[in-house]
Amino acid sequence: MSFMQGKALPTPATADEPKISMIGTGAYLIEAPGGFDLPTQRRIWALSHAVETWPEVREIVPGVTNLLVILKQTPEEPEQLQARLRHEWDCARSVDLTGKTVEIPVTYGGEHATDLAAVCDYSGLSDREVVRLHWQGNYTVVALGSAPGFGYLHGLDPRIYMPRKTVPSLRMLKGTVTIGGMQTGVSALTGPNGWNSIGFAEMQMFDPAKTPPALLNPGDRVRFLPERIEL
Amino acid sequence: MIEVLQTGPLNTVQDLGRFGFRNAGVTSSGAMDRLALMVGNLLVGNDEGEATVEVQTFPFRLRFERDMTVAITGADCDARLDGRRLPPWWAIPVSSAQVLELETPRRSARAYLSFAGGIDVEPVMGSRSTSLRGGFGGLDGRFLAANDRLAIGSISACAVPQGGFGAMPPETALAEHFPASEDGTLVVRAIPAGEYALFGAEAERFWSQTWKISSQSDRTGYRLSGEPIRLASPVELRSHGVVPGVVQMPPSGEPIIQMSDANTAGGYPKIAGVIDVDLWRLGQARIGSRIRFVQSSVAEARGAERAVQAYLDDIRRTVPILTQALAAMSRR
Repeated sequence: MSFMQGKALPTPATADEPKISMIGTGAYLIEAPGGFDLPTQRRIWALSHAVETWPEVREIVPGVTNLLVILKQTPEEPEQLQARLRHEWDCARSVDLTGKTVEIPVTYGGEHATDLAAVCDYSGLSDREVVRLHWQGNYTVVALGSAPGFGYLHGLDPRIYMPRKTVPSLRMLKGTVTIGGMQTGVSALTGPNGWNSIGFAEMQMFDPAKTPPALLNPGDRVRFLPERIEL
Repeated sequence: MIEVLQTGPLNTVQDLGRFGFRNAGVTSSGAMDRLALMVGNLLVGNDEGEATVEVQTFPFRLRFERDMTVAITGADCDARLDGRRLPPWWAIPVSSAQVLELETPRRSARAYLSFAGGIDVEPVMGSRSTSLRGGFGGLDGRFLAANDRLAIGSISACAVPQGGFGAMPPETALAEHFPASEDGTLVVRAIPAGEYALFGAEAERFWSQTWKISSQSDRTGYRLSGEPIRLASPVELRSHGVVPGVVQMPPSGEPIIQMSDANTAGGYPKIAGVIDVDLWRLGQARIGSRIRFVQSSVAEARGAERAVQAYLDDIRRTVPILTQALAAMSRR
């Protein structure tokens, strides 16, 4: 059998092959080749739909151009499982999740926008420009994670790209509007956070008593409404 | 009902965890030592996954408000019922108004209190586990405080005889299936993860040194201190799902092991993943203690899993037989 290897070593993602690696004994991470773009993300969603129905799968966690597959138990034949995942990726084409549009009112600047000045420095843009480029964006929820209901949003204008901080803020408020690399989002829990704060939103992103508990879903569109700009 | 008389912070209601919502950013939570929770439940005649109290700050005291059966498993914390010493890993019938007391364990970190019928708090998203970070599950999403009262479910089939009985702790019963500690250093088995190869020759020091569990460690994760291991150039990965047991390498070069309240997503390079069957031992490792990683394989992990399953099956089979036999003897 061609897929049998001596060891289940991770295979690197090449131009057209995904990278598949293990975390412990019961979880497999499939990372798509290529850039952080929506076609790749749609193929990840297609893969998620296919793998979700496997009887041995307990949970799937779609990430940003990747998918974590958590199994009910340690597989008998890990190499075989990796080969099946690779095959499923090869078959996965694209699904266009037709999500809802969520409008999030934001107060830009002000006391919570502690990293706005740093974003200006990094981008060479004025605070007004940074804010405008942020609220004019059309965003897509690519994945949920990190905190209950937190959505990773794709669609940031590359001019306001801002790397994550090397020293995280220790107590960033729930509701803070942030930029992390080429991603943006609204923090869902108060706590340590390495993303850059540029504003604040009141909207409740998660309610454990609701079904489903998370407001956002992968595929949803997000618009930020500049309710107030305090510069 | 039971009433908490005395407790430190961070003692919570936990079951085996909350599954199916990780893709919405909801951490699984659940007992740090799943094996102790399962054995405790089996001893009192419950299904293995009923909600228990996870005690990790001591002393802890509670009063029973009706007759019931309780089991104490996990760390040996010198449990006393109305002042009378109980053996570790023990189930015993108790009467209304009796007081159970747990003292700080000398080794290990966490004790589990299982009650026949289980703790009857409202399940949230399919689980009774407390998510402290999310503020839901367990008792109002928070840790227990003095004067809290917890409802206990009812169960028909439980008749643990007076004086009780116990299970052999897994550290003893399964000794040959888990690596022995070396001079107090817990040996934890792990498998290289996604970014292992990026560490090149540096990775050797991940296995060779002993790491200390720093004081910045809790149910979310353990930060380890030791001689840092750094990448030649920093790598920022796209956010991806992670699970308890993942060993991440932040820029500081000192590893983080994600535990039961693990973040659902992360972006730090992953050097290794602790095999699932060893996580319960890590859950009993104390702040300030030392661990060493040893490279493992899926085949080795499966061997240990089979042994754990046989151990649990044995307890599941034996408890009803023992209960009946002891009841028959007491009737003579």
